[in-house]
Amino acid sequence: MPDQLEHLPRLTHLLPCREAQIKTLLLLLGEPEHYSYPSIFIYGHRASGKSHVTLTLLKELKMPHVVVNCVECVSLGLLFEHVLLSLFGSSHTSLPRGPSLSDFVRLYRQLCSEDPAKQTRYIVLDHAELLRDMSANLLPGFLRLQELVEDNVTVIFLSEIVWDKFRPNTGCFEPLLLHFPDYSKVELQQILAQDSCPSYSPELYSSYISILLGVFYSVCRDLRELRHLAALNFPKFCEPLEKGEAKESDAHKLWRNIEPHLKKAMQTVYLREVSSVQWEEQQQKEEKEVGELRGLSAYTHVELPYYSKFLLIAAYLASYNPARTDRRFFLKNHGRIKKTNFLKKHEKTSNHLLGPKPFPLDRLLAIFYSVVDSRVAPTASIFSQISSLVTLQLLTQVGHDDQLDSPKYKCAVSLGFVRAIASDDLHQHALRWTADHRTLHLRHHPVGSHPTSCCLWVRCGPRAAVWEPVCVQRRGIPRQPPALDQPQLCVDCAPAWHWLR
Amino acid sequence: MSKRKVKDQQLTVGQCVCQVHRILRERFCFQKLPSAPVGLESQHKHLLELLKRTAIHGESNSVLIVGPRGAGKTMLLKSVLNELLDVKEVKSNILLVQLNGLLQTDDRIALKEITRQLNLENVVGDKVFGSFAENLAFLLEALKKGDRSSSRPVLFTLDEFDLFTHHKNQTLLYNLFDISQSAQTPVAVVGLTCRVDVLELLEKRVKSRFSHRQIQALSPMDFPQYVELVQQQLSLPQEFPDGRFAHEWNNSVKALCEDKSVEDVLRKHFNLSKDFRSLHMLLFLALSCVTPSNPTIKPSLLLEASRLCTMDCKANMLHGLSILELCLIIAMKHLNDHYQDEPFNFEMVYNEFKKFLQRKSHSVHSFEKPVVIKAFEHLQQLELIRPVDGSASRTQKEYQLMKLLLDHTQVMEALQRYPQCPTDVKQWATSAFG
Repeated sequence: MPDQLEHLPRLTHLLPCREAQIKTLLLLLGEPEHYSYPSIFIYGHRASGKSHVTLTLLKELKMPHVVVNCVECVSLGLLFEHVLLSLFGSSHTSLPRGPSLSDFVRLYRQLCSEDPAKQTRYIVLDHAELLRDMSANLLPGFLRLQELVEDNVTVIFLSEIVWDKFRPNTGCFEPLLLHFPDYSKVELQQILAQDSCPSYSPELYSSYISILLGVFYSVCRDLRELRHLAALNFPKFCEPLEKGEAKESDAHKLWRNIEPHLKKAMQTVYLREVSSVQWEEQQQKEEKEVGELRGLSAYTHVELPYYSKFLLIAAYLASYNPARTDRRFFLKNHGRIKKTNFLKKHEKTSNHLLGPKPFPLDRLLAIFYSVVDSRVAPTASIFSQISSLVTLQLLTQVGHDDQLDSPKYKCAVSLGFVRAIASDDLHQHALRWTADHRTLHLRHHPVGSHPTSCCLWVRCGPRAAVWEPVCVQRRGIPRQPPALDQPQLCVDCAPAWHWLR
Repeated sequence: MSKRKVKDQQLTVGQCVCQVHRILRERFCFQKLPSAPVGLESQHKHLLELLKRTAIHGESNSVLIVGPRGAGKTMLLKSVLNELLDVKEVKSNILLVQLNGLLQTDDRIALKEITRQLNLENVVGDKVFGSFAENLAFLLEALKKGDRSSSRPVLFTLDEFDLFTHHKNQTLLYNLFDISQSAQTPVAVVGLTCRVDVLELLEKRVKSRFSHRQIQALSPMDFPQYVELVQQQLSLPQEFPDGRFAHEWNNSVKALCEDKSVEDVLRKHFNLSKDFRSLHMLLFLALSCVTPSNPTIKPSLLLEASRLCTMDCKANMLHGLSILELCLIIAMKHLNDHYQDEPFNFEMVYNEFKKFLQRKSHSVHSFEKPVVIKAFEHLQQLELIRPVDGSASRTQKEYQLMKLLLDHTQVMEALQRYPQCPTDVKQWATSAFG
């Protein structure tokens, strides 16, 4: 009898670092003529070799099998047809239109009786988690396919989601669970080092890989992603070598050259904010313009009309500040405000943790008028800009769309975004955020003023002529609106104030 | 002749093991019918009597076999059918229609399947029927004898019976039970289900036509019987080609069942569930490691199989997370501890993580927020966290409310097993306040 394990050395050579898994699988599959367990469920993280090992095994042992990627099967018909075609050849498959599992099983039995199995047939379903979204009887049906068709067939499911999430309410046939553990750091290094470049020594490539893992290992363990990043950044690593600035033994120099580069790759290529091609292009012109390319997070691509920007800023203020504080921030004569218990208890958890609150249209417009510089009439153009912001999904409308009298909105952009559009080309105004002070202030900020000053400038009331200075360090607002020539300032702010004048 | 016999009896070890695999795999995987049902003798007798009355005397009946998954309902039915079809007069007389709730998902498909199994496709042809009942009545009419005085009995078996109750108006069930009540055609309806409350699912008019006869497939097995069953399942039959090998194998199985550690394993499994399927899985895993170089089942194999069976999948998945993802899980665990399992969003988790970084982290470096978001999304993809139902899809993803689908103990255990886990992360996880 040929021992199943005689294939082991050959397969281990093809599939490095998966010896234990190959062995278990070989033993489970057993002799081709014997029955195998009706359904086997293999799970493990992405790129831990689930599909690769299974497929290589089936191919090398020349077992009759079919591989179905459930992502590709948009309809059940495609799935069934693919299975029948691959297992029984193309001659006579006549599935009706819109076939059900019943048709599939009937046809399978019919074909099977014409061509009985001499060896175990294998059906491999990759990305099996998608089967849950197809019809409800599909997954339980495939799990007990052997019983339904009464043929020597085994269904292998591959997924990165644990089996517990698959089990239907009333239970089903339990498959055999098999776990593919993730590669350890050493194994990753060993596998990645295999694609070394022929023009350099393997030792160099291996040292490059260890640098790469040093940067990325704590974030990403996906072999495929690491491999892509390694291939993408290797030319940059070799640059000093090609220019003759360093030798292969200058490990430290090479490391100094590549490390900041890899860190930048983590913020761009890894997040898919730029494509690999863009990243390569950028690497080539790096010498001329440093740090030009930023991804989406830089918000450089957002172009909005002038008033839309103000509307968005106003929306942000309305969403993240409690309505009670509007008086304080946007009104000139806000009356006496007690310093203690300024915020109620439930307001103390920052809105930046809980998310934006909805606000009515009136409030948005009131804040908008107090924020914008010039006198703006509430024309149709302003309102249409609001609705186009909704269309752009920068604002979201809360409640029904057909609510006409007082629609409510929510701001759907982050602080970074608002900050970016505020500083964009409004050269006189910049937004400044005080650390967890829960308020956003507009600062009168002539170009070139002292950036570290702690003074913030709040404009009092719509179209008011007076700017009120607020000192962050004292966290208070002077009770009396100060005269322009004699501001009440703390010692730190005073120089900045004089400089401004 | 005698020479060949001698030769037959001395197979090589490899051939013997191959034979062992063939026999036992058929038993464990293909669920080959045993010669007699184990633990379900009285039910077997009951069902056989009932079906015989239909098959021979033309009496209509309906019965439900209820029992948990893997308890042997299908096995019971199949062995009864086998025995029934052995009787010659029955075999020539009875017609069998086997339906499965998984396959026949609505009544149209079910009716087609019934037509096919009764071999009446050419009789029906292109006829158009007004209703389901009319169609079924036509089918049964077609089975009558020439003088229309008597009809062949039809046996309907409905696997996954509870799924048939979800069909529109339960038309199929209504009609089947209706026929079994009225004396038109002798039919027997046998339903198999794992739901105890299946009668509650039936509509009133369907329920009133059902005979309310139930057979419980629960075996009152105790632990010694369970061990005996294990031994029986692993033993080789008399007709094994190599008698000496079979004898040795059976002895080793007997020794195995008396082993102390094996007994512990079996008791653990017995306490979890005593159904056949889970037992077969355990035995199959142990059997798969039997090779020519290792031709007996040893206690260690069974221990290893039991370890494989009872592994915690989620803990396995946690083992493969990156440090950053693990940190996020710990932050979520702390949030859960603070706020009594209230849902959380990404910003809260990120805030908690940042607090950790500022206060006591030496080994974990700070990451850009988008990188952290990507890690968070990966956790969601692995379904370790899940969005709370009803939290609107229109909220920004940072503020979408989530729930952690892991236990406190699972997290802590995973942390213990995590390779090269930094000490400060471990300490952060064990500290009472985030």
